[in-house]
Amino acid sequence: MKKFDKERLLLGAAGPAIALVVAVLLTSVVLLASGKSPFEPYAIMLEQAGFADIQVLILNAAAGYYIAALAVAVGFRMNLFNIGVEGQYRLAAMVTAVVGAKVALPGALQLPLLVLVAALTGAFWAGIAGLLKVTRGVSEVVSTIMLNSIATAVIGYFTLPKVFGVQQGNNKTTGEMHDSGWFPNLDLGPAGELYGFVFVAVALGIAYWVVLNRTRFGFDLRATGASESAAAASGVNAKRMVLTAMLLSGAVAGLAGLPTLLNDTHTYSLSFPTSLGFTAIGIALLGRGGPVGIAFASLLWAFLDKASAELDYRGYDTEIAVIMQGLIVIAVVVSYEAVGRWGLRRQQQRVGKELAAGHVLGKTGAPGTSGETGTSGDNNDKEVAAR
Amino acid sequence: MGRMPRTTRTRITRRCAHAAAAVAALALVVTGCGETSSGGSGEKGDKGMAIAFDIGGKGDQSFNDAAYAGLERARKEFGYQGNAVEPKDGESDADKVQRLKQLAKQGYDPVVGIGFIYANATKEAAEAYPDTTFGIVDDSTVKAKNVAPLVFNEEQGSYLAGVAAAKASKSKTVGFVGGVDVPLIHKFEAGFAQGVKDTDPKIKVITQYLTETAEEGGFSSPDKGKAAAEAQIEKGADVIYQAAGLSGQGVVEAAAKEKKWAIGVDSDQYKQKALSKYKDYILTSATKDVGGAVFALAESVERGKPLSGEQRFSLKEGGVGVTESNPEFGKVPGLKAAVDRAKKDIVDGKIEVATAP
Repeated sequence: MKKFDKERLLLGAAGPAIALVVAVLLTSVVLLASGKSPFEPYAIMLEQAGFADIQVLILNAAAGYYIAALAVAVGFRMNLFNIGVEGQYRLAAMVTAVVGAKVALPGALQLPLLVLVAALTGAFWAGIAGLLKVTRGVSEVVSTIMLNSIATAVIGYFTLPKVFGVQQGNNKTTGEMHDSGWFPNLDLGPAGELYGFVFVAVALGIAYWVVLNRTRFGFDLRATGASESAAAASGVNAKRMVLTAMLLSGAVAGLAGLPTLLNDTHTYSLSFPTSLGFTAIGIALLGRGGPVGIAFASLLWAFLDKASAELDYRGYDTEIAVIMQGLIVIAVVVSYEAVGRWGLRRQQQRVGKELAAGHVLGKTGAPGTSGETGTSGDNNDKEVAAR
Repeated sequence: MGRMPRTTRTRITRRCAHAAAAVAALALVVTGCGETSSGGSGEKGDKGMAIAFDIGGKGDQSFNDAAYAGLERARKEFGYQGNAVEPKDGESDADKVQRLKQLAKQGYDPVVGIGFIYANATKEAAEAYPDTTFGIVDDSTVKAKNVAPLVFNEEQGSYLAGVAAAKASKSKTVGFVGGVDVPLIHKFEAGFAQGVKDTDPKIKVITQYLTETAEEGGFSSPDKGKAAAEAQIEKGADVIYQAAGLSGQGVVEAAAKEKKWAIGVDSDQYKQKALSKYKDYILTSATKDVGGAVFALAESVERGKPLSGEQRFSLKEGGVGVTESNPEFGKVPGLKAAVDRAKKDIVDGKIEVATAP
């Protein structure tokens, strides 16, 4: 039993590890081709990661990445490709900022209200795509992309000075939020302030794991994602699951902008960070849709983002980090497929060996049985993650 | 079914352990080391000026390049290297703060944020480095002793562009192409439209903004500019003014192909290499001397008397204006006289130019 687990773990880690190595090698080739040292940039970035203030920046950025990637991962589990996280989190952040500026309750009520508003806005926006899919069969890929554009237009309208906007200099903002709605930061002195939302992100990761793995709902979700017809046969209402998954994904997406909004800017303006929702797709893919994998992937992404800023001052281009991120995503897709196939072949070989040795499956005790169940489980996982 | 619980249980324990490990790692990282990258006192400010670009960065033939020209001039005159740093796509305020602080820490002085998007970051960095002079272009909301906001009366230059457009138009229809639908670009539109109307109230102004946000490429997509200009030409426009950064190149290209007038922005686009193919059709450019402003700040720091507080560059100081480098500018009947008259009226305060349409 234990031996088998090790193998699965190895297979699980091999995918991202190979992808990372390949990405580093290819980036080095790019560096060599442009006549620069193929090693020094990594040394600089690792050195940067040793500084406490950079670590704080990394964790702060990872919080948003993590939440957004969880939102994407919820969809993945259900075979839904929610590309609309981008629009959902920005719209939710804008609405939350407006509510936070207009409503002033005591902190104990204000914060839950704001979080709720963000989640509901995200869920609402994703729910449109969910409804369209369930009732009219519109692909969520198409509808969420379109909803992203519509969200941008809606935000543009709501932030007009004659609606909810407040012009500050040349910037369009939603006005400063009441400070009862500012999420507390952890003051680390010279290292800066750690967003309190980092801990919310960790809690969300745990909640994600519990819901998916320990509840009836989570089982139904994964089952529907693995095989819709099989799930329907066992009494799961697939349409309802699609809508629920979309709403859930949108609600989580709605929270992705909150670390920046509630911990830092306290207003939604033209300088609010964008493209988090697209980055999150790569992170969810790299993390294989699991809460721990996504955590590592978010940290890696944030590390590449924040530690690379120094490169500009040492004669390298920060774009090296962007190249690496792109290569990682490509390498991940390829290596997961390769590792998956290799693992499958190994399992087949082992089963073949055991059969040849005269064992009868099911009577060999724990290793054989768990192997069998594991195989089908593995396949499901892989399929869900790959789609 | 009987086997299911066992496997599920193993997975649960394994994943729980992972989650615990991740949380522990997180706690370790945070409490780990106390050393910071920008914590030290930093070097003495003798590395010269550093500028932090806005979206689009170097090579936009417009706003950012104008600022870069200021840095080049400072390099030549003061003999230092200086620095120019690009932003990342979709970055947050925290990244901008990090960038400005890093530049100040390394000893650059002054540190200039190109674009109002740096407003909050400038405020924060200026507090952390009170001995460094900070500049911020296009924003006057930051008030601190060591901050010099560099702002322009874009609407005045645009007004003159509007006068020129009205005089040059035969079809009685002119166009305005804005890069992104934001207050800053509204100033260009407002000035231009007022200049046109004051010259000839019968002329129609077609306005088009390329995108709602900068991230969608309003300032960096020549193809979008081209499509917008083509549509305006189809509607009868024969002079098109663009305030759209790099996208403006597409506007100029489309206008030149149809042998219509284009009006450049920020720099004298008649003289730009990237546009030399179409320069005969660039009637004039509404300039905004970002380079001059940035250089003035560098010069003040070099002389030991750094500028502080709002620095306004208007038509009066030559901070904005229109160029006459295209010989055709003087050949259009009544154009130069009308522009000169308007210029005088604005400087004398006889004409108030609106900043919002």
